[in-house]
Amino acid sequence: MSWTDVADVLAAACLLAGAGFALVAAIGVLRLPDLLSRMHAATKPQVIGLVLVLAGVALRLREPSALGILALVVVLQMSTSVVASHMVGRAAFRAGQVRHDLLVVDELGDEAADWQEPRGAP
Amino acid sequence: MRTRRDGTTRPTRHRAVQPLSVVWLTVVWSILWRDLSLLVVGSGVLVAVGVCLVFPLPPIALFARVRPWPLAVLAGGFLVDVVRASLQVSAVVLRRRPVRNAVVAVDLESSSDFVLTGVATILSLVPGSVVVEARRSTHTLYLHVLDTPDRARAERFRAEALAVEQRFLAAFVPRDDHHSGRTA
Repeated sequence: MSWTDVADVLAAACLLAGAGFALVAAIGVLRLPDLLSRMHAATKPQVIGLVLVLAGVALRLREPSALGILALVVVLQMSTSVVASHMVGRAAFRAGQVRHDLLVVDELGDEAADWQEPRGAP
Repeated sequence: MRTRRDGTTRPTRHRAVQPLSVVWLTVVWSILWRDLSLLVVGSGVLVAVGVCLVFPLPPIALFARVRPWPLAVLAGGFLVDVVRASLQVSAVVLRRRPVRNAVVAVDLESSSDFVLTGVATILSLVPGSVVVEARRSTHTLYLHVLDTPDRARAERFRAEALAVEQRFLAAFVPRDDHHSGRTA
């Protein structure tokens, strides 16, 4: 058994695991009760799934030129999903779209949500 | 910085071209072209400088130096957290019991914007927590934490978040003038 066979098996495992995480993300969006819980399911397992799928693709392709673009996809996905989930969560909180009955501790709702502060950025 | 007539300041245009962002944009450009010839790299530098001039960003006060071994600890801890938390979120999704959440305020010890951004990014990428609000004036992060059945679990998450900050501070030693610390 050569190293290409090992890489193929690893690639298959990565692709399957990645597809599994994407499936869990989809089920989570369907089943969880409110917007903020759904944000967890929609952003995180999906990113892990994508990383695993791309790792599988990289192991199968085994081309240096493909590695660069796959790594770029991972970096951009990780940096944009953080900002996107933050913006959606923040907008939901400010618009009052939060099920407070699901929260055990709410340290932000106790304070006024509409405080202003100097942004500092030019 | 340039001072306007009313006393407010804005960054000067030529300061907007920062070497690090030019390098990063050029790398992205050459990856997209899948080529490393002189033509591609040269045009990449031109495009990067143009982008920096058209969309200027304020320079970030970066860390003073990077320590390799704590950086490895930070990266390793991050990977462990991501894998463990992915499985936890999957378990939460697939079980039948209804989920209870919490919004936890984490008061960061450091007063540097760079540390605030880095810790917020790491905590957001770890499944189970979303940053719903970041307050720059007090360096407080408000995180929505999935699956916190009681107050003790929320306190444990706060401790974990502060531990992430400590690992981050160990890996990226901040400049002294930005690391005054609010308690000091």
